[in-house]
Amino acid sequence: MNLNLYVWRQKGPNAPGKLEQLQAKNISPDMSFLEMLDEVNEDLVRNGKEPIAFDHDCREGICGTCSQVINGIPHGPQERTTVCQLHMRKFKDGDSIYIEPWRAKAFPLIKDLIVDRSALDRIIQAGGYTSCHTGGVPDGNAILIPKPDADTAMDAAECIGCGACVAACPNGSAMLFTSAKVSQLASLPQGRAEAAQRVCVMTEAMLNEGFGNCSNHYECQAACPKGIKVSFIAKLNREFLKAQIK
Amino acid sequence: MILDGKCPSGPLAQKWDKHRQDMKLVNPANKRKFRIIVVGTGLAGASAAATLGELGYNVDAFCYQDSSRRAHSIAAQGGINAAKNYPNDGDSIFRLFYDTIKGGDFRAREANVYRLAQVSNNIIDQCVAQGVPFARDYAGYLDNRSFGGAQVSRTFYARGQTGQQLLLGAYSALSRQVKAGTVKVHTRTEMLDLVVVDGEAKGITVRDLVTGQISSYAADAVCLCTGGYVNVYYLSTNAQGCSVTATYRAYKKGAFFANPCFTQIHPTCIPVSGEHQSKLTLMSESLRNDGRVWVPLKKGDKRPPHEIPENERDYYLERKYPSFGNLAPRDISSRAAKEACDDGRGVGPGGFGVYLDFADAIKRLGEDKIRERYGNLFEMYERITDENAYKQPMRIYPALHYAMGGLWVDYNLQSNIPGLFVLGEANFSDHGANRLGASALMQGLADGYFVIPYTIANYLAQTKPGKVTTDHPEFRKSQEDVSTQIKKLLSINGKRTPKEFHRELGKVMWEHVGMARSEQSLKKALHLIPEIREEFWKNVKVVGSGAELNQELERAGRIADFLEFGELLARDALNRNESCGGHFRVEYQMPDGEAKRDDENYSYVAAWEFKGLDSAPELHKEPLVFENVHLGIRSYK
Repeated sequence: MNLNLYVWRQKGPNAPGKLEQLQAKNISPDMSFLEMLDEVNEDLVRNGKEPIAFDHDCREGICGTCSQVINGIPHGPQERTTVCQLHMRKFKDGDSIYIEPWRAKAFPLIKDLIVDRSALDRIIQAGGYTSCHTGGVPDGNAILIPKPDADTAMDAAECIGCGACVAACPNGSAMLFTSAKVSQLASLPQGRAEAAQRVCVMTEAMLNEGFGNCSNHYECQAACPKGIKVSFIAKLNREFLKAQIK
Repeated sequence: MILDGKCPSGPLAQKWDKHRQDMKLVNPANKRKFRIIVVGTGLAGASAAATLGELGYNVDAFCYQDSSRRAHSIAAQGGINAAKNYPNDGDSIFRLFYDTIKGGDFRAREANVYRLAQVSNNIIDQCVAQGVPFARDYAGYLDNRSFGGAQVSRTFYARGQTGQQLLLGAYSALSRQVKAGTVKVHTRTEMLDLVVVDGEAKGITVRDLVTGQISSYAADAVCLCTGGYVNVYYLSTNAQGCSVTATYRAYKKGAFFANPCFTQIHPTCIPVSGEHQSKLTLMSESLRNDGRVWVPLKKGDKRPPHEIPENERDYYLERKYPSFGNLAPRDISSRAAKEACDDGRGVGPGGFGVYLDFADAIKRLGEDKIRERYGNLFEMYERITDENAYKQPMRIYPALHYAMGGLWVDYNLQSNIPGLFVLGEANFSDHGANRLGASALMQGLADGYFVIPYTIANYLAQTKPGKVTTDHPEFRKSQEDVSTQIKKLLSINGKRTPKEFHRELGKVMWEHVGMARSEQSLKKALHLIPEIREEFWKNVKVVGSGAELNQELERAGRIADFLEFGELLARDALNRNESCGGHFRVEYQMPDGEAKRDDENYSYVAAWEFKGLDSAPELHKEPLVFENVHLGIRSYK
């Protein structure tokens, strides 16, 4: 099939950007979205033009590197699917496709579709861990963890840190991302000891990085390729409140 | 040269304890005077950087990704082995050691593997303490599953995302050290050269992938934790950015490359759908716990799977290997799939596929149980193939997955260049000729959390901190060499894209250096690869400049290294006149088609020394001595 692409092109953070029209020809429905872009890029390179810069790595939906807004939706139209796992069979011959980068104050653009998401790392660095030393920890079965708690922690821990939640949020909030880590650790006995402090420092880091607040649009949950639920935001709020009144 | 692995003397079970007593320590006040470079932030790199930072060293960590959380360890699905024996099914440190040695077809070093089994239990404890949400049973205890090559259930898992959870655990430990100020993480930065001063590794030269700036970092020791090289085959389960560049450039600076021909082909990947394919996706081996592998009994049987009656199916793994069945090790299962397809019994488009069928398991356990165990994998399969594996069998085919070979290291994980340590998949030491499932995660974390902190201290205690700075001429020379190569790549302005060369190389590697190798095919590859390389340097087209984010330039640099490394891999395969593990030479097989090892002549590690591009590399041997296991024929029947 043939597709009409409108791709955001921008040389650098301070250069002006625009949507460039490009053709994707002879695309197989079995191609992934990124393989379609590979083909477009190969054509551009053969013609001596600069290919579209985009972030990608594992191409199996787990590393969280790929990050494109497709037709206005972070990661595109298929639910619970990263761009790299989106396949062209979801599109029709002759479709127009708009491809843009994550847009958020806290994610400065680097080039074309690539943005700087290091703000998410800094939220984790603020306190998204248990302060255990290497070695000197008890046996893995010394502290029993009820299965529902372990499952809740795992549900939250599935976050791949791609930032789609931020790109989807009208406030550019990283609440879903932050709440996933807060909830994972707060659900486990190993994380309880520092839970109060953790929720405070991580929330503060989130605000300092220029992410907005949550106003319950739930766009983040709809965009999340891993199905992280907004109920974790409620859990973050609860943890935050508990920490304040202590 | 005969290489010495420097394994401690004494009984196997006491070697590591004894060695820890014998090694020198760096006192706490002196640790902060030392600087250590860690390249790569996967399981090995992140755990090493975090642990070394916590001990008080100054650590500079580097990764090409935009965040240290994205290293490809994250894609490991199935689990991590440990000898906890929680299920009381007969496991022990010795059994894990023995299974790993046997699984590796007796081509790994005993002492290293035993140490790996010893520290395996600490890893589980460490990860639990970090908040890794391993699967638990209803009583709250850790759950286990079984994996290929073992008859006990010793694999710990976190749904189908164990690698992700372990990496995020290590990443959280690393993040804690970043906050503490002991580790600085340099993201979007690619190592392009190792700097060796007076015979010792004292730094690296890197390219900032955003600005294009070339710069150097000096340190008292360098740890390479840069993963494996199977993207030399173009199509593999590795991430797009995985390359041989860091280890290969260290090789060109004098580090020996060991057993490059030991590559693992994973039996359960989603088959190729067309020429456009950019990577292959693995379906976790854990699926073989409940899935049954089969092909039609008749050649060219085109009926859909549900129309093929039971008596016209060949459950070939169960037939050939009754005691391990569908859980036969990876190399054996891969070869069996290839044989079935070569025999004209493959399924799916092109006939390059076999079925992995869950119908029996669903009947036995119910769809919900299967969904709970493998739901995310079934979803992933459906996204890629548009097929529902609850209703019809999966189609799978082998794909390149892991590199057992890597830079040569001694028992201390130190290469032949003092000060250069190599951890995780990037080294060669623990998996022999074939790695068992759920052992890669174990090795990465063992090296990073529990081995390197001890062994690097022993090296540092015998050096003076801050001896070399980036003002040294070797650093200037290294930067010039790197810049020259980049300029050269950009100036060729030929007709073919870097990717075209990569694809061409991959085809040669797969066809001639793949699952079944012969003297003839390897010689053919050794003839073809230099031709592709020569054309690359005349006719590659790399657009853009070096002073900006340029993904084509990054790719071209990595492919340039693959084009040299592929030759080394083929040469090693040609040298090894035996079949063992993932290395299968058609000339050396048993009457029933099983691999035929030659312990008399090839029970050694082949470590190659770079002698210039125009000369053949020199082979050094490290004899493998087995004092604790009997070199049996590796039977899984």
